[in-house]
Amino acid sequence: MQEEKQEKIALISKKELFFTFFKIGIITFGGGYAMISNIREELVSKKQWIKEDELIKIIAISESTPGPIAINMATFIGYKKRGVLGSILATLGVVLPSLVILYLISLFFNQFLEIKLIQYAFNGIKVGVSFLIVRAGYQMFVKMEKNPFNLIIFFLVMILMILFDFLSINFSSIFFILIAALIGIIFFSLKKGVKK
Amino acid sequence: MIYLLLFLEFFKIGLFTFGGGYAMIPLVKETVLSHHWLDEATLLDLIGVCESTPGPIAINMATFIGSINGGILGSIIATLGVVLPSYIIILLIAKFLSKFLENNYVKNALNGIKPTIIALILSTGLLMFIEVFDIQFTQTISMNYHALMIFILFVLIDHLYKKQTTRKLSALEIILISMGLGVFIYTIVPTV
Repeated sequence: MQEEKQEKIALISKKELFFTFFKIGIITFGGGYAMISNIREELVSKKQWIKEDELIKIIAISESTPGPIAINMATFIGYKKRGVLGSILATLGVVLPSLVILYLISLFFNQFLEIKLIQYAFNGIKVGVSFLIVRAGYQMFVKMEKNPFNLIIFFLVMILMILFDFLSINFSSIFFILIAALIGIIFFSLKKGVKK
Repeated sequence: MIYLLLFLEFFKIGLFTFGGGYAMIPLVKETVLSHHWLDEATLLDLIGVCESTPGPIAINMATFIGSINGGILGSIIATLGVVLPSYIIILLIAKFLSKFLENNYVKNALNGIKPTIIALILSTGLLMFIEVFDIQFTQTISMNYHALMIFILFVLIDHLYKKQTTRKLSALEIILISMGLGVFIYTIVPTV
């Protein structure tokens, strides 16, 4: 029985790999965490390509590496199942629906926006989108461990971001990320040194 | 050379986006505004479109911005740019570096990055609200009252929904409701 299952796992065709991730790309709205629940449904429950603990490991890797979680997952699972070609096919599969849909929308977007009712709708969307972003940030803040290190970095970046915006100072958020990474390395290395 | 520029800028965005879709918005905003690829109002429209169409928001935005500025080739190149950093990094991790994340330097760097990302997202969202409400601090404080009315109605609906269902509104629902409110408010309240 166990052997049979192993064999089944090894026999995932490249076509199936591509179309499974293509389907995940189509049915997932809003990306990120919605993607995780769809991937769990498709790959853990239905197809049993990966186990729950493997999924958790992939999520952990995705969260600590750059890039959209959907791409990270497709690349990782594609590689584990069918090597480099598998990783390319799975990633292509998950990207392709977005690429086609948004390309088509971009062709008609400006004509679209000339319609009065659509303009009104988009004026509403602007409010909704700002709300979404603030909510996402707020939820992440609630979940963040409230130790002095996190809080100081958090409020410092908040204040500087808003201040720079009001003063129209160009300071890329890449620098914030790089400086914070450096501070993290120095602070936690020193802390460990003190403990020793 | 627009194609090279699109590729490099989106590669950079892909490389520095930790923690999912919302984390890329501050960086996308800086990039598109500095190159005049989109204005801020269109960017907000675009985020709305990307939230209400399938697929990761990063890919959706890259495709759209690429297409607007470089046609079909531009959209493919921008998408390739935003995908490539994560593709390469994950492939390396899957192949050689399964211990990479247990490295102490990597862990410590990520400890510093996490609160930074949260602050970047939250401050970007708050600044967007100021932009949407078009708040002007001249002699008197003026603002876009239509946006304010939409916001108040929206918060009311969100609150009632949470009370009735104990579930949060999904991103798609938020976009659809705010669309409806936009049409409603701008139709019944004439713009001056």
